Amino acid sequence: MPKQKERVRARSGFAEGDMTPMIDMTFQLIAFFMVLINFTEADQHERIRLPTSELAQPPDAPLEDAITLQLTKEGTILLGGEEFAIERLGVPLRREREVLEATPGKSVGRATIVIRADMRAKAGRVQEVIQECQKTGFERFALRAKQAERRSS
Amino acid sequence: MKVRHSERSGEKVQLQMTPMIDIVFQLLVFFIMTFKIVSPEGDFNIRMPIAAPSEGIPDDELQIPPIIVRLRATGTGHLSEIRMGETPLGRDFGELNQEVRRIVGDTTGPNIQDAAEVEIDADYGLQFEYVMDAITAVSGYVGPEGNVIRVCEKIKFAPPRPEP
Repeated sequence: MPKQKERVRARSGFAEGDMTPMIDMTFQLIAFFMVLINFTEADQHERIRLPTSELAQPPDAPLEDAITLQLTKEGTILLGGEEFAIERLGVPLRREREVLEATPGKSVGRATIVIRADMRAKAGRVQEVIQECQKTGFERFALRAKQAERRSS
Repeated sequence: MKVRHSERSGEKVQLQMTPMIDIVFQLLVFFIMTFKIVSPEGDFNIRMPIAAPSEGIPDDELQIPPIIVRLRATGTGHLSEIRMGETPLGRDFGELNQEVRRIVGDTTGPNIQDAAEVEIDADYGLQFEYVMDAITAVSGYVGPEGNVIRVCEKIKFAPPRPEP
């Protein structure tokens, strides 16, 4: 009987495939990509190639009041979509400080400056960035590195 | 009412799959397009208090002079030599790690380890990746089970050298 029904359907131009396996697979794919999607990559930049370190591991808790500065290999700073020379970094940093001071429970001393420096950037430039931040009152710094494959030593 | 009646009386209810499949494919395309493999990143904390150590309030911790790690650069910004204090260590960060472990002692108890401080003194033009290698070498090592064993948590930079 079912065969007869199919034949009738085929004759009427209405053939129906079984969609269930395809939908199953599609949902699995969606679930896979949803789980792996990373929206926090907003602070990453394609111009910056981070140095690698086998001890770098993602922190258990996010840093308190982190401000991310990206140092390019040319020695400029990327902050909030704008590019600054290190000498001019004081202007946006003072703005950040004002925002922090205006927010209850936050202070410059407790904020962390995360430096994402390119692996080819000069060490002296990184130190200049730290000095500029110190002039504005920032004291906590974190140097960011990409996690490398671990080998026991 | 008539329509409902005729639907119920049928053997099989026909679900309209097309809109759902449309949306599902749109979602799938969105996730595929935005998918990017990102390797995990981690931070190394650097202690750079604004007050110079001599002006600061002395803390109760055991005071040990910092271990000075000198990194010399070639003209092109590559590493030419590592020195720990006066000891030349060639260009091997593994050796630097061994030296720091020997001095700080990763098994001698927490006191020295907590107080030990490393000061990195790098040439201006040295590429940052070598500085990161030095920070990695002094902060710890990977144990036999793949776990990270910390050696020195306090790292700071020496005053910057002038640009050549």
